[in-house]
Amino acid sequence: MTPIIELKSVTAGYEGEIILKNTNLIINENDFIGVIGPNGGGKTTLVRVIIGLLKPFSGELIYHQKTYGNGDGKLIGYLPQINKTDNKFPISVVNVVLSGLADRNNIFRRFKKAEIEKARQILEKMGIGHLSKKNIGELSGGQLQRVFLARAIISEPKLLILDEPNTFVDNKFESDLYKTLKDLNDKMAILMVSHDIGTITYYVKTIACVNRELHYHPSNNISQEQLAAYNCPIQIIAHGVIPHTILKDHNH
Amino acid sequence: MEQFIQLLHYQFFMNAVYASILTSISCGIIGTYIVSKRIVFISGGITHASFGGIGMGYFFGFSPILGATIFSILSALGIEFMSKKTDVREDSAIAILWSFGMAVGVIFIFLTPGYSANLMSYLFGNILTVSGLNLLLLFILSVVIIIVFLVLYKTILFVSFDEQYARAIRLPVETINYLLITLIALTIVLNIRVAGIILVISLLTIPQTIANIFSKNFKTIIFLSIAIGFVGSMMGLILSYFLNIPSGASIIFFFVLLFIIAKIIKIIQTSIIYKTAVNR
Repeated sequence: MTPIIELKSVTAGYEGEIILKNTNLIINENDFIGVIGPNGGGKTTLVRVIIGLLKPFSGELIYHQKTYGNGDGKLIGYLPQINKTDNKFPISVVNVVLSGLADRNNIFRRFKKAEIEKARQILEKMGIGHLSKKNIGELSGGQLQRVFLARAIISEPKLLILDEPNTFVDNKFESDLYKTLKDLNDKMAILMVSHDIGTITYYVKTIACVNRELHYHPSNNISQEQLAAYNCPIQIIAHGVIPHTILKDHNH
Repeated sequence: MEQFIQLLHYQFFMNAVYASILTSISCGIIGTYIVSKRIVFISGGITHASFGGIGMGYFFGFSPILGATIFSILSALGIEFMSKKTDVREDSAIAILWSFGMAVGVIFIFLTPGYSANLMSYLFGNILTVSGLNLLLLFILSVVIIIVFLVLYKTILFVSFDEQYARAIRLPVETINYLLITLIALTIVLNIRVAGIILVISLLTIPQTIANIFSKNFKTIIFLSIAIGFVGSMMGLILSYFLNIPSGASIIFFFVLLFIIAKIIKIIQTSIIYKTAVNR
């Protein structure tokens, strides 16, 4: 197991308020970690610390493989929570995907034919190759989320971080997404934030419960008692009639 | 027509024609950025805040445009800083600087003894009296804007489309934002002579809105806006000369006319496409 990123007793938060306390986590190659926890428990804070958007108050963040910013092969690919962008902005799908290759060390860069072709191929693989020249405003929510996933993986990152990728999208996208992630996991580690613990436990390999503190659970099988012990008050079983997704067989 | 050709022999008229070209270029590019990023309100704030500098220029006896430049750049950077680094909301920050600039301008203009010559042209624009210096500055600004957008095109596009993601991949979001807000401020100030403080915002938004009817591509919107801006400001300039009215008003009159024509063309276009689709 080769580590990619390591958090050593990291404490972080906003304006003096501590959200994450004394957090330790090692992300290794080919990991597939599901991050769960109640709202406001610090899931997104954790993501922001790992990406480097938020400086921790204390503790250490070690990037074991410094490939960041060297053009191809960035360390982290990132799929943010949806609905933060303006879908009337005049930008084409292929340009959004190419922005995943943008390089802070070369802000004057132009994109080569091969890179544009690569963007097309990724879109093709996700079943939206025909949309590459369209404006983003012409896409549905699910299609747009595929575009953002394409943007996150075009640089072939070592670690892919997804922040609630299954919020506000159609079921078709969700099942496609999990299939795509399973394939991607052969090439990169994945860290996925979700509030939908029932679904993600089928796909992830390990679970991190985040509620002010992080408890790492080295298996994808977690019981209500364990969740309680981790101080992670999430219901696995829902009562009454709820909308649900029927999953294919799986062999975990 | 003869009368018009004769006009082209006058230096002041040719200056106005050059001003129209430079105005279309600077406002075409910067306006596309403003409209796409939905920061029209910020631009309105910067424009009006610059009035403070004009008032101080009158009172202390320096160039009002120099004063406007200082005020607009400071307010542009102030809005960017206040909304990102303090807990003042962005639109509130804009309103504060907008009205503060106007207030300073009004105070100093009232304190200035005698009649404030040219005040009307600062408020409503007078493209026919654009000075050689103003033209030179507009030319330099246009060249700078063209170069910035040529070399930084993709980075500007990515940062303005999705700032959060741009931050995540460590693009220099801050630097790009401050650079562009400064260019916005300079574009506004140097175009005040053409359209006036109250109306300059239209040069930055109406051509782009018309262009956006026909295209959803950032680059195409820039080129279309420049063309539309030039046609509109030339027609406005001619009307301004013959009727002896402020150029800002006549230019906007033609812009809105072009906007209505564009809408009608679009409606006809869509209905033709629809009909052929139905008949097939």
